[in-house]
Amino acid sequence: METEQENICGGSCSGLCCTKIENLSVTIGSTKILENINIHIHCGELTALIGPNGAGKSTLLKAMLGDIKHTGKLQFLDEKGKHNDNPLIGYVPQNLNFDRGTPTSVFDLFAACNTRMPVWLGSTKKSRNKVRESLASVKAEHLIDKRIGALSGGELQRALLALALDPVPDLLLLDEPVSGIDQNGLELFYDTVSHLRRDYDLSIILVSHDFDLVEKYADRVILINGTVISSGTPAEVFGNKETSKIFGMSWFNNRAVCEKDGGGAADNA
Amino acid sequence: MLDFWYKLLDSALPFQWVQYEFMKNALLAILLITPLFGILGTMIVSNKMAFFSDALGHGAFTGIAIGAITGLVRPVFSAVIFSVAFALIITVIKNKSRSSTDTTIGVFSSIAVALGLVLISFGGSFNKYSSYLIGDLLSISQTEIVVLLFVFAAVVVLWLFIFNKLLMVSTNKSLASSRGVKTLPVEMIFTSMVAVIVTISIQWVGLLIINSLLVLPAAAARNITGNVRKYTFTAVIISAFSGLSGLLASYYMNTATGATIVLISGIIFFISLVFKNKFN
Repeated sequence: METEQENICGGSCSGLCCTKIENLSVTIGSTKILENINIHIHCGELTALIGPNGAGKSTLLKAMLGDIKHTGKLQFLDEKGKHNDNPLIGYVPQNLNFDRGTPTSVFDLFAACNTRMPVWLGSTKKSRNKVRESLASVKAEHLIDKRIGALSGGELQRALLALALDPVPDLLLLDEPVSGIDQNGLELFYDTVSHLRRDYDLSIILVSHDFDLVEKYADRVILINGTVISSGTPAEVFGNKETSKIFGMSWFNNRAVCEKDGGGAADNA
Repeated sequence: MLDFWYKLLDSALPFQWVQYEFMKNALLAILLITPLFGILGTMIVSNKMAFFSDALGHGAFTGIAIGAITGLVRPVFSAVIFSVAFALIITVIKNKSRSSTDTTIGVFSSIAVALGLVLISFGGSFNKYSSYLIGDLLSISQTEIVVLLFVFAAVVVLWLFIFNKLLMVSTNKSLASSRGVKTLPVEMIFTSMVAVIVTISIQWVGLLIINSLLVLPAAAARNITGNVRKYTFTAVIISAFSGLSGLLASYYMNTATGATIVLISGIIFFISLVFKNKFN
């Protein structure tokens, strides 16, 4: 069994770590949301998950977290080739549905996740320093005492990213917010994430809605709509007729025009 | 067991009301129960569960009715069992179904209170139980205070162990799962705690206003605090202060104790609103 699994995974990532999703299906009530998802993710790669609204992108992430009941398997193989059914997963949710007026500070959230000392009792210098360090990795150390409800969309996303990286996970799942973050904030986020993948040799799955940024930063793209429609390099997936059929033509027409005009026009588009 | 407390009050406080044993009991009960309302209230407010805790009061009422019909000496025991079950059922359904939490709670709460009323009126003895609607803090007995003491200790210990997980779940469930938190059990423990506290307090505070005691101190505290530690302690202080001053005010004005306490927390809430902008 062990060797068989190593073959499944090891075939293409030869000794490196990888994550494999096999035959994953999610049914809620009588609605099939995801069916037979098979995905193979390599470390050190940024994999973008795209798909129309209601395609099941966020659901797939939640199923991988074990938060939604699903059938199928999630396998993780670390660099030593050791099989691990419970990989450490870092997760940045799409939006936090928390009460915006709640008096929870960024520090409180980190401490709740990473320390055993009840947050309401207080904090130690050591734990504060640790939180400050991990916020510094996303240039957000000044946010430590801010209420999470008072953060802007971009600040919250960066704080959550820092939280997802502390401790460094085997697999990082990012659900990009649909709204609330300006273009600069989004670029900064993609830039940070794309450095992370190399610095930590992380497997990253990013649910994304911004095709320009996906094209610029992602190593691989997976298009899902209930099931995997296509996957490959950004060029392969965006060049695919199925893809333009699902998303409508406008972005793809622009892209074709920009490609003819050269790189400069693409940045303006 | 309470002799020490009585002597302490006799020698420490030179007021007329101290000579009454029921006032000494009530004072101790307030000191035990208001901090619990304060800390549990913080999570109820943060989780937008005010309606839920209100429904728990209705569940408790039905539990009391069932206890009374089946002839238990202390209907409150069956009430605790019933309302914990009631809380667990709502929590599980809320997690499993996709319909709105509001509706789920509304449905169960209405059914529970109707069942309670039918059961109680069945024997034609409705008036006997109307005291549960308003409650009577001054009727608290020594045994009940000892029970309260244990409940107090249990809640504080649980709060030490469960709070961080609860905070994660209340911020984002998927985030909590990614951190290895089993969200449903954590929620179930919390709602059971609230159910127990609400149910045992209902005979002293009354069904009509018990929810205000849970919600108001925390709602006031969140207006003027910026982190969890300050939030918790401010809620406890507001809750205990309203409780103590409410008890004394009701003694001198001869009013219902629970309602007087609620009015004082209400005033504090409105004062906190004035200072809200400074903290946001």
